[in-house]
Amino acid sequence: MLSLVVFLPLAAALPLVAVPRIGDATARWTWVAVTAADLGLLGYVWVRYATADRPGLAYEEQLRWIPSVGSSYHVGVDGLSLPLLALTGVVFVACAVYALREQRRPRQQAALNLFLQTTCLGLFAAQDLLVFFVFFDLSIVGMYFVIAGWGHGDAARSALKFFLYTFLGSLALLLGFIGLYLAAAPHTFDMVTLTRNPPLRDSPLVGGLVLAALLLGLAVKTPTVPFHTWLPPAHTDAPAVGSAVLAGVLLKMGTYGFVRIAMPMLPDSWRAWAWVLIAVGIVSVLYGALVALAQRDLKRMIAYTSVNHMGYVVLAVGAAGVVAPDTTAARQLAVTGAVTQMVSHGLITGALFLLAGVMQERHRSYQIDGYGGLAQVAPRYATFFGVAAFASLGLPAFSGFIAEFQIFTGGIGAAPVVAVALPGIVVTAALFLRALQRVFTGPLRRQSAGFVDISPAETWSTGLLLALVVFIGVLPRPLLGIIEPAAATLVHQVGR
Amino acid sequence: MSAAVLGLLVLLPALVGAGLALCGAAADRVARSLSLATAAVGLGLAVGAALTRPAVSMPFLPQAGFGLGVDALSAAVLPTIAAVTLLVLVFAAADIARSPARFHGLMLIFAAAVTLTATATTLPALLVAWEVMGATSYALIGFEWQSEERVGAGAVAFLTTRTADLGLYLAAGAALAGGSGLDLSGLAAASPGWRDVVCAGVVVAALGKAAQLPFSYWLSRAMEGPSAVSALLHSAAMVAMGGYLLLRVQPLLASTRWADVTVAWAGALTAVALGAVAVGQRDLKQLLAASTSAQLGFVVLAAGVGAVTGGTAQLVAHAATKAALFLAAGAWLSALGTKRLVALRGAARRWPLVGVAFGVAALALAGAPPLSLWATKEGVLSAAREFSAPLYAAGLVASLLSAAYAGKALFVLWGDDARPAGADRVGAGRTVPIAVLATGAATLGVLALPPLATADPVGLAVAAVIALGTLAAVHRWGVPEPDWARHWLGLERAANAVVVNPVLGLAAALARFDDRWVDGGVVAISGSTLRFADTAALADDRVVDGAVSALGRGTRALAALARRPQTGQLHQYYTQAVAVLVVAVAVLWLVS
Repeated sequence: MLSLVVFLPLAAALPLVAVPRIGDATARWTWVAVTAADLGLLGYVWVRYATADRPGLAYEEQLRWIPSVGSSYHVGVDGLSLPLLALTGVVFVACAVYALREQRRPRQQAALNLFLQTTCLGLFAAQDLLVFFVFFDLSIVGMYFVIAGWGHGDAARSALKFFLYTFLGSLALLLGFIGLYLAAAPHTFDMVTLTRNPPLRDSPLVGGLVLAALLLGLAVKTPTVPFHTWLPPAHTDAPAVGSAVLAGVLLKMGTYGFVRIAMPMLPDSWRAWAWVLIAVGIVSVLYGALVALAQRDLKRMIAYTSVNHMGYVVLAVGAAGVVAPDTTAARQLAVTGAVTQMVSHGLITGALFLLAGVMQERHRSYQIDGYGGLAQVAPRYATFFGVAAFASLGLPAFSGFIAEFQIFTGGIGAAPVVAVALPGIVVTAALFLRALQRVFTGPLRRQSAGFVDISPAETWSTGLLLALVVFIGVLPRPLLGIIEPAAATLVHQVGR
Repeated sequence: MSAAVLGLLVLLPALVGAGLALCGAAADRVARSLSLATAAVGLGLAVGAALTRPAVSMPFLPQAGFGLGVDALSAAVLPTIAAVTLLVLVFAAADIARSPARFHGLMLIFAAAVTLTATATTLPALLVAWEVMGATSYALIGFEWQSEERVGAGAVAFLTTRTADLGLYLAAGAALAGGSGLDLSGLAAASPGWRDVVCAGVVVAALGKAAQLPFSYWLSRAMEGPSAVSALLHSAAMVAMGGYLLLRVQPLLASTRWADVTVAWAGALTAVALGAVAVGQRDLKQLLAASTSAQLGFVVLAAGVGAVTGGTAQLVAHAATKAALFLAAGAWLSALGTKRLVALRGAARRWPLVGVAFGVAALALAGAPPLSLWATKEGVLSAAREFSAPLYAAGLVASLLSAAYAGKALFVLWGDDARPAGADRVGAGRTVPIAVLATGAATLGVLALPPLATADPVGLAVAAVIALGTLAAVHRWGVPEPDWARHWLGLERAANAVVVNPVLGLAAALARFDDRWVDGGVVAISGSTLRFADTAALADDRVVDGAVSALGRGTRALAALARRPQTGQLHQYYTQAVAVLVVAVAVLWLVS
């Protein structure tokens, strides 16, 4: 079942590549249909998982793959991976709908994105380090072609920078994986085994080095300061769909690696180095927000808010490593908040990047000062952007608040220094309000003239994402109920 | 059943409001009637909730439910909010012509948020409502979004109050760390160090929302919004919720050694300083805004000195009084297109119905007996008297200033016969709400008088003398308008200089740093990698390949050397054999 979810998009991509005679319209709608079907399967998995008695790893599948190095094709879902699998399904549906108006090589675009979707789903389902790594690297390859093939501006250079930077990160990650493999007795890449019997418990030096390699690789992908500079150019020059997938799904691979691999497999080292993560988290939150505040290009601004928002996740998982006897509840809250933030940021920033893409599509410019009074000519666009902006700045009734409230409450409860990052909330609010004011209010300025309001495809794609943002913000229990048991398990694993 | 009342009280305006706001122009035709019907039902529900005192909790986080409940405090405040909401919406139905669906939608969302604030029993529920109030305030101040100025004013209000709101996030974390849980009623049980942090966080958030010092300036900017918004958000409901929160957590304030005194003085100082600011204003709405800060100073003072009943009465009476004054100002603004006091001279004579209502409310604001604020303010001050004499003295100065600014507005509007030109009549949709609110302003003092509360006759007499004496003095001599008061003590300029500009400067500097050094470093590393590769390629050509070629040449040379003995002549071969033999014998001899 799980493998079907993972490989259905790839299976659909193959004929799209192989048969050049497939028409543009057929390709576009095939993409929508396949992503929708996959989301339907994910919905079924979600309901079955939510109603099952026993939380933990479900839908497990294990096949022989490379037994000589103790690696197998092993997949499964639990409370950490299921929300991200669902997020992947949703973001790709939104992208497929958004791309219904795409004129440039729609058949190839559909095929490439379906391939990319399989790599993302495979990564989140992986229960084996090598499987994880393969999907991790393939996703980089897929995204490289998305940016280089459908981007604009200096797309080739940005794509190359993205590829080389994150590929370098993946090498550090591989080094860490090999370290885990060699330290395990018997040698294995199996995540479940490594989590059950964490290696390197008695050797803080080697454990610290392996953790450093893992953290370096994941920090590049997340990205955290100072490894974030590949992100703004990649977003600025990527197509809207590519940006949405990059910010919505690919960045989560880094943060997911923290909770899936680094924390449970190296608990002692994680606790020893938790303060580094908290420091990196605080810097990312404040630095990302402040640099975003100074941007004049809307897409660059949103890219830097991603650094800020991912900083909250790092902050929370770092705080979860500060173990004290009476802070278990606080640490669980922080971890739940971190996973919620991954989902929430994926939905909100996915929507924001799709909406920013509308600007590029209409006027080939993201310059904030070039627009003004846009709400007069494009009221629906203004409403959607306003909702997404307020969601992103963490207003209650949207998912971002649920995540950030848990992160700060739990984080401060576990490690009071987390409070230093609080001003990030206000700076984010300031930058979004300023952008809204410049772009949408006031008198009509040059580039706003003749701006066509958003089309049905643009409306439905972003509307889907924003509807989920509101749903989680108003009724968070269905999501939190899935995450909380897994967070409790993780906090236990880190504390053992 | 009663829990359903509570849920409906919040959900009904929230859902109707969200629907109206999202539908926008499509719902314009039904917006007014739907909004008024919702507000009327809301008033009924609020009264019902006040009588039945329901409580309900929904699961939210493992550590804290999403709790709502009505107790004695909220039972007094809920119907007040609902009634003012209804009356303001009636006024707005006549006053706001543009985009009624968006306006009423946002107002109803706000009403839901303020109801939730008043009934929240846990920190998450409070914070949700608290921030939604701030956001709707932003959207309503900037309701006429074609003016970038107004949207900017909304942003100033939102960002200032949100900065203070960080206190609530901090308080939630500290409450968890301190082991008290997130119930508002249990916060005082946090372990001592954490209790101080919780308390400080809540106090900062409340002072920000209540536009107390040093946050007051945002309320001045908020006056760029429609008058109906000022009447509901920036006097009766949202700003008042800052004072309300302090009343609600009064046990927490009292449980620390510093918070009660600090809060009491914050309130007293705001009442004095913003009272002086109000006296100096030349714009009616600015005067009313500054007086809102000052009057809420009494509520904050009440929370500090433990006079919860007195503070609640002051809150309720002030809500009716100030809403009436703001709506009257709005009616004249619509009729005359101005809110400058100079241009409004005599307006009350021209529209006597509104004028009388305004006069009653202004006299109440001045603290003239037997109107409401005379009694409620004394209810607060009598507790301050027992708390500390200097505090009481500050309260008396603030009372004097209240009479001064209220008198200033009153005498200008009822001034000589210079009747300003403008629209002929102010319709019933506008007058009726003002009249009803003015009635409240006149009578709500009963909340602070026997038999509902105890009162000190001497204190009441002192208050009456101060109010009437000051009114007489203002009428006779007028009031000074010093620059520092007119410009709100330079608070906004100070905030810009101390916080906003440094942050913007830091942001710009960091962005340059990010481009030049962080990204520049990456580019430099990749550049040096390329240069290293070039060097390596050169070295590969010259050194490695050169060595291989040299080896080849050497081998060839050796081979040429080796070919030279191969002459084909026997005598040379014999000579070579003899030579080898001699060498071999010599070697053997030497070795043995």
